[in-house]
Amino acid sequence: MINYQNVRNENINIEIKLLLEAIYLKYGHDFRNYSPAHLKRRILHRLMLSDIKSISEMQYKVLHDPEFMREILTDFSINVTEMFRDPLFYKTMRREVLPVLKTYPYIKIWHAGCSTGEEVYSMAILLEEEGLLDKSLIYATDYNETVLKVAKKAEYTNENLKAYQKNYEKSGGRRKLADYYTEKNAMIKFDPRFRKRIVFSEHNLVTDKAFAEVHMIICRNVLIYFNRELQNRVIKLFHDSLMKGGVLGVGSKESVDFSRYGKAFEYINKNQKIYIKKYSHDE
Amino acid sequence: MMPDYEIVVVGASAGGMHALKEILSNLDRDFAFPVVVVQHLAPDSENYLVQYLDEYSSLSVKEASEKQRILPYHVYLAPPNYHLLIEEDKTFSLTVSEKVNFSRPSIDVLFETAVLAYQNRIIGLLLTGASQDGAKGMQMLHATKGLTIVQDPDNAFVPVMPKAAIELVPVDYKLTLEEIAPFLNTLSRARTRRKKQKR
Ligand SMILES: C[S@@+](CC[C@H](N)C(=O)[O-])C[C@H]1O[C@@H](n2cnc3c(N)ncnc32)[C@H](O)[C@@H]1O
Repeated sequence: MINYQNVRNENINIEIKLLLEAIYLKYGHDFRNYSPAHLKRRILHRLMLSDIKSISEMQYKVLHDPEFMREILTDFSINVTEMFRDPLFYKTMRREVLPVLKTYPYIKIWHAGCSTGEEVYSMAILLEEEGLLDKSLIYATDYNETVLKVAKKAEYTNENLKAYQKNYEKSGGRRKLADYYTEKNAMIKFDPRFRKRIVFSEHNLVTDKAFAEVHMIICRNVLIYFNRELQNRVIKLFHDSLMKGGVLGVGSKESVDFSRYGKAFEYINKNQKIYIKKYSHDE
Repeated sequence: MMPDYEIVVVGASAGGMHALKEILSNLDRDFAFPVVVVQHLAPDSENYLVQYLDEYSSLSVKEASEKQRILPYHVYLAPPNYHLLIEEDKTFSLTVSEKVNFSRPSIDVLFETAVLAYQNRIIGLLLTGASQDGAKGMQMLHATKGLTIVQDPDNAFVPVMPKAAIELVPVDYKLTLEEIAPFLNTLSRARTRRKKQKR
């Protein structure tokens, strides 16, 4: 167990600051504006699991050992995701959002912080069922190359299938999830026709630039890890990447209301945190 | 000397709804500490529990939201399917990281981050449940000299959870459900008196 008496020590917070600075300077990954409690918990747990004695020693190791940096990156980034997470979000997409997108000749969608891709394939299935897949292109990004590798393969273990099938039904799915994948050796693989409409690439929301004009941005359960300043930055990025009348969907406990750019958006569905970028607004 | 407590953190699982109602409906109207609660819930449950408890309590019962400032006279419940963390600047964070003790939200996660933010100025309360969640959290609380209270397993709807904590640490108090709110009120009044004296 971590000795929590020592954790009270103010030095710990200084050491964490220095560690994050070192990671940024060396690798360009910027965690300096992430919510501290989450990072601290992760750092202390990593400390506990390894034979490293202090956070300062951790800093030394990070600087000299890129492999260790990859481990830290995995610690920091929470990649937990699932298919049709929050089924009502997808139901609302089906009923209220896709009918609007239908009117465009083609549809560009950006999934930011897509993790291992379950959410992206869920969206692709939705698009197919609404007859929109063939004219859609999904850009799915994350800053963690490890999760993108998984996403690109379109292969997952079958252990969560029951829950996914249930989510799918609750989201208004009329078929069986099994219609969309093949199962082999306890793994499922999604049909290549979905993969063809998706471009996976590395993109860091903190340090990288806006995307080309897209019709919809989905970024769920990523903003909660950022402090207000960083949230503001990222919401501006979304604002700049969306066409007027474009759609923004965030996580069920996230919102853009507080932000300087909040006024540029209005709700399509408040419960599901789905916004539309207004056609005009006063800065 | 008794430390100046600043917050009450509560963990509850099976049977928690009734236990929380009993406690929250008997806390003083001017209860001096914010109360932060993790109650294990099904991941897709609408947060109906918030409304239910709000009706019975004279304190304001809310779902905790990210970046929200933690204030006295309020009871905050962790939203289903998110871990609830306390920041050192006394605000909330949420995460969807892996389940801990098969639970999200997890009591241990709340207690652990509460210790980082409030050190020994915490009152930790572990109620009825069929889980092991919260025992490690109580251990940390105890190690930093926070106050540890469990519902007496003999009196709990499901004794597993308080029992797990008792096996891990010598908790400060074992109380029946009926004793908990009056005891917390005593601590709250003591704090209010001390504050007045300081002024
Ligand atoms: C909890 S997952 C959310 C996955 C999915 N959107 C969902 O809601 O199920 C958060 C993801 O955000 C990614 N992430 C965190 N910081 C990021 C950043 N600065 N730029 C891009 N992605 C980031 C992480 O790598 C992780 O995959």
